[in-house]
Amino acid sequence: MTAQPKKIEAAKFDAAAARADFAIFSKPVYGKPLVYLDSAASAQKPRQVLDAMRDFAESEYANVHRGVHYLSAKATDAYEASRRTVQKFLNAAHEDEIVFTKGGTEAVNLVSYSFLAPRIQPGDEIVLSVMEHHSNIVPWHFLRERQGAVLRWVDVRDDGSLDVEAFDAAIGPKTKLVTITHMSNVLGTVTPLKEVVRRTHAKGVPVLADGCQGAVHEIVDVQALGIDFYAITGHKLYGPTGIGALYGKRAHLKSMRPFNGGGEMIREVTLENVTYADPPARFEAGTPPIIESVGLAAALDYMNSFDREAVAAHEHDLLAYARDAVREFNWLRVIGDAPGKGAILSFETEGMHAHDVATILDREGVAVRAGHHCAQPLMERFGVVSTSRASFALYNTHADVDALIAALAKARKILGSA
Amino acid sequence: MDDSLRELYQEVILDHSRHPRHFGPLDHATNSAEGYNPLCGDRVKIALIVDRNNRIADIKFEGRGCAISQASASLMTDMLMGRSLAEAEKLMGGFLHLVKGEDATDLKEDDREMLDVMAGVSAFPMRVKCATLAWHTMKSALEGGQSAATE
Repeated sequence: MTAQPKKIEAAKFDAAAARADFAIFSKPVYGKPLVYLDSAASAQKPRQVLDAMRDFAESEYANVHRGVHYLSAKATDAYEASRRTVQKFLNAAHEDEIVFTKGGTEAVNLVSYSFLAPRIQPGDEIVLSVMEHHSNIVPWHFLRERQGAVLRWVDVRDDGSLDVEAFDAAIGPKTKLVTITHMSNVLGTVTPLKEVVRRTHAKGVPVLADGCQGAVHEIVDVQALGIDFYAITGHKLYGPTGIGALYGKRAHLKSMRPFNGGGEMIREVTLENVTYADPPARFEAGTPPIIESVGLAAALDYMNSFDREAVAAHEHDLLAYARDAVREFNWLRVIGDAPGKGAILSFETEGMHAHDVATILDREGVAVRAGHHCAQPLMERFGVVSTSRASFALYNTHADVDALIAALAKARKILGSA
Repeated sequence: MDDSLRELYQEVILDHSRHPRHFGPLDHATNSAEGYNPLCGDRVKIALIVDRNNRIADIKFEGRGCAISQASASLMTDMLMGRSLAEAEKLMGGFLHLVKGEDATDLKEDDREMLDVMAGVSAFPMRVKCATLAWHTMKSALEGGQSAATE
């Protein structure tokens, strides 16, 4: 952890003030203050997001791209403005490179179905890491099951870091896609995306990144990365559920077949034939998540209202503080200590199952995730069935970490050891 | 401490989970099934020998999981050992009612007392499946199924 210079930056971000934007923290859990350490599963929503959604629904709402009436024009403007906000957030070159989806999962499935499936012959390979979330695994298993694609798994090091050389070595003449998380939802590992893209492109292979965690904690510039596809989800970015986005290079999106069929995604439908709209509309069949798009844009604006480097420094500071504090527990093993990792602390507790730990923490008001985190191959890699995971967001404070540590000590007292 | 926590993690439960009874493989099993909880990845395997008189002559379990699922499997095997299949069915039905906080009047008084240690789980809806995994698996083993998953 390069904590020293960052600690100075952390002071520039006032977490306690930001916390006041989140009404949920004023509501006790079992009579205790809420200590929310499960933002990697889903982040809480600031009033700025909720207000924007309500204001929009109360004054500008109608369906988009359809009517000619006043509200329809207003809603269409708002929806397309949200697309430009996402474009700026990821620094995409063109707004039509942003496809709204219902979340990160749908974004990955879109690449799998519309981009890769038509390009797969039996024996063709997809290279991915063992630390992927199931949402970046199962869509590729589909291609294995249905089209004979081969999944080439790349291991991580014991500290959870990615071995770029090993990753590179897995890419061969039959590789049709490399897909990798930007930040592991279990280990917190931040992958060297730029280096992965550079090496993969040298072999003429496109790269998809699952940015569901990465976009929350890192500043993403898809042009600087040179990446082909980047998937995000709204609800982890302090935005609403039901919306996410796929960034795809314009040439790729243009080459892709439609995903869902329905209204909005066509050019013309006749009794005999159908022609399709250009991207991004081609991939946005049906009424899209309109109010949610406004909420997502408000969430990104909210994040950008802070110095994001300072927020990242704050989160790293919390992680370092928690990492140090758990050293006093000789029965606790942290899984994932990669250099420069993001603000996620997963751990195994000797003699105590993660679900028992989480139940006791819960009654102390401390919300953590327990289980396999939708990353079973990674669990197997580390020889565990499940872990507990504390994840940190901009609204967390040192007091939250202190509460976690006290609750863990209590769990140990109750569950003890044999 | 929170009373419901004290009730959930009472000494009997912790003792069963730390020192599970009837734990290990069983040779010559007549019935067996594997149970899996897709939410947490916990697994349990139940193997038993049903004799000619339709009695459970031996029963064992394997697997790993949380204190609740381990204790529940241990307690279950302890209680089912030596019972007739008809008695076993009744006990299993009663247990499933009990952990959901429902009436379990069809249970015999002493069975009810033994199972009462598990009743605390009804206050933790997210954990009921941990408690029922072994029992669903047992049901599946008796019905000749090979696997059970918590619904």
